[in-house]
This record gives sequence, C-alpha cells and structure tokens, in this order.
Amino acid sequence: MITKRIIPCLDVRDGQVVKGTNFVGLREIASPVELAKRYSDSGADELVFYDITASSDGRNIFTDILAEAARNVFIPLTVGGGIRTLADFDHVLKCGADKVSVNSGAIADPTLVGRAAKVYGDQCVVLSVDVKRVNGVFRIFAKGGRVDTGLDAIEWIRRGVDSGAGEIVLNSIDTDGVKKGFDLEMLRAVSEVVSVPVIASGGAGCIGDFITLFKTLPKVDAGLAASIFHFGEVSVSELKKEMKRNAILTRMVKE
Amino acid sequence: MTVIIDYGVGNLFSLRSSFAAIGEEATVTADPAALSRADRIVLPGVGAFADAMAKLRASGMEEALRAAAAKGTPILGICLGMQLLFDKSYEYGEHEGLGMISGEVREIPVSADLKLPHMGWNALSFGGRKHPLFRYLEEGDYVYFVHSYAAVGCDPFVIARAEYGGPVTAAVAKGNVMGCQFHPEKSGNVGLRILKAFCEIKEGEV
Repeated sequence: MITKRIIPCLDVRDGQVVKGTNFVGLREIASPVELAKRYSDSGADELVFYDITASSDGRNIFTDILAEAARNVFIPLTVGGGIRTLADFDHVLKCGADKVSVNSGAIADPTLVGRAAKVYGDQCVVLSVDVKRVNGVFRIFAKGGRVDTGLDAIEWIRRGVDSGAGEIVLNSIDTDGVKKGFDLEMLRAVSEVVSVPVIASGGAGCIGDFITLFKTLPKVDAGLAASIFHFGEVSVSELKKEMKRNAILTRMVKE
Repeated sequence: MTVIIDYGVGNLFSLRSSFAAIGEEATVTADPAALSRADRIVLPGVGAFADAMAKLRASGMEEALRAAAAKGTPILGICLGMQLLFDKSYEYGEHEGLGMISGEVREIPVSADLKLPHMGWNALSFGGRKHPLFRYLEEGDYVYFVHSYAAVGCDPFVIARAEYGGPVTAAVAKGNVMGCQFHPEKSGNVGLRILKAFCEIKEGEV
C-alpha cells in the first residue's frame, strides 16, 4: 500500500532558502540544492520548491536552482510560486519539476487548473490553498495569505478537484508558523469532501504533530513543513522512525 | 551507450540525469537509426496510450525498436513505455500496443476508499525469484508510482508486484525486453540501483 508522505518545503528567494512566521519576516537559511539533497538522503518522500521571488532576474535564478536540484535529487519535485499560465507550467516542467502547484494563479484565472490538467494530466496539477477562518467559515486567501478573496474554501477546493487538480495542499493560515500542530479541524473538513490526496501544511512544531495528524485523520496523505526541518527541530529520518513505531505506513531509507 | 528514445512524449530531464548520477552515458535521441548502435534502450512515456503509440509509429521508432529487440538489445520500458510493450490497452477505447509481451493494460480495479491514480511510494515484492534488474534491491523496497492503468493477463512475465487493493503489476520481463510501471528515475537510491543493474545486463544474459 501507498505510504504516508513527508514533504519538506523550500521557499526560495534570490537563490536562498527562506522561511517566515505567518508569512512575514523572512530569514535566510542555506543552499537549496544542498538542502534538497540532504532531505532526499534522509528519507523525504517528495520536495516542494516554492519561488517567492518577485523580479524576473530572481525567476531565472530559481529555475537554474530547480534544474540543478533535479540533476541531483531523484524523488518527485513539486514547484509552486507565481504559476499563472500554461507557459509557466511548461517552463518549470522542462527544468525538472514533476508536479506544478498553483495558488493565486488559479484564483486570478479559474480556468487554469482545468486547462493544465488537460495538457499535463491531473497528476501533474496541485491546487495549493491558503485558508483562514473568517466569522467561523473557511475562506480562501490570496497573495501569500494577505488578501481575503471571499471565496468559500470547501467550495473552491471542490471546484478545483472537479476541474482536474490531482492533489490539494491545504495550508492553514491560522496555524502556520505557530508550531502547535496541524489544523486538524480544517483538514478534516477538506479531506472529507475530496477524492484526491490531501497534503497538510501549516503548524507542525514537533514529531508528535505528524503522528497526531496521521493517527487522527487517516484520509490525509502527507504532511508538509519547512522551518522545522530547515532549523533541524525535526529530522526527517527521526520522524520516519517514529511513524514506523506508531504503525503508520512509511518508507524507510538506508542511510 | 544507453539510448533514451525521444518520441515527443514526456519529460526526459530526470531520466537523463539519473543515468548521469550512476556514471552512465545516456543519449536522448529522436533518430531511429541510433537504436541499432545502442548497447541498451530506454522507452519512456507519460500521458495517454493511444497518443504515445501513434507517435512511436510516426517517428519510425516502432520499427527500429522491434529490430533492436529481435537482435537481443536490452530494452527497458518505463511507466507508459512499459504499457506500450503489451498487446493492447483499454485506456479511452481499445488500442493496439507493440505486442512484445503478451497481456493487456486495463484500469486498476479499486474500491471506493482507494484513490486513482495509484500515486506515491509503494513496496515491491518479487515473489521469491529476483530478476537481475533487482539484483541490488531487497524485498519490500519502495519505488514511486503514478498510474491509473496497469498490465493484466501477463502472469508468466511478472517480475515484481505492488499491493493496491490487490496485486498490481510493477515490473515485467520477457528475455531482453523489460518494463517498470513505476519511475526508477524518481525512486531515490533504490531507483538508481535498478538503472545500474539494467546497465549491467548484457545481451543474451536474460
């Protein structure tokens, strides 16, 4: 059977990996390619490269890094950040990405997911969403979690899957950076309405948070995190050993 | 020299990189004539069966591939490239394949609680006999799958299976013609060890 996946996320700006708390106050870490290789060797099941560059120069640096990572790391790579057109899909796929994640691009153009799925297949299109509670309902936020779109999250995600999104990355703004655990309530609400894999993001602070996630919500397929891996607060290999001890199906690698 | 067939289907970046990582020179080519000089051939592929088969024919690669297979050149089909080796596929209709291995390709039968595509890391089981392709692997090693259709009716040629609501054909071999349903180029070190083993297979050995 398919294992639960552990996915480190590398936010890349100007050639460096960064990670903020609640999307503000970015701090530099390390060489993305080196970090990617380290994660792959320690058992990461997949990697996400997120381009948070605004300038076109930065964009080229990003795709150079992506290609270099794809030459050195042989696990699935998902790329996101600033994907707005099919040409953007094409470009990152040619640089070695296996899946492409869309977020604001899908909000700006709701036909993007469907068109991309037709050309590249559902398995290639990841719908990433930043969700926050507003007056008790889950709302989709845009622009790195700063702008309330007014869209109902459950409705938006369902529409995305119907159009051909092959996977959902659900990032809870409410728990992101807080390190007190994943947003189980939000994840439950989403994983119950979609038939495609759901990846939990936002809030993991320790190994136990992943164990709780997979034990509580068996329908969630993967856990994604950034800073706790980058800062060494959680090691991928220790996390996987603990998953195995808890009878959660996981892929172990020989180091 | 390893030759990777480029017939306009899918992205060959990772595949080429993975051969480079094991120190094996691999050439990506759209020239059918290059197949006759190859020490071994990789037939990749993603997307729809009918479209891929049409492109393989139109490019002149089908004929060149048949000639190489008859000569004994080791051939490895990957993902859709493996499915093309069979007699036919029922993906969006009924389509004829290369017929190099008998069997057909059908949608994976899954119950409502299992998702399609079968996507992610799954364990290989060799059924007691390890093919040379897996000489560096252990029973239960994980590889990366992305597919909704799988080969059936090919029992004598199955060299590895995975479990997904039932046994799923993960790899096949008939003499020098081999195929992996999963992606060795995306399966970490385990995948690289499969490609290394493939490169070590000599004409006439399997």
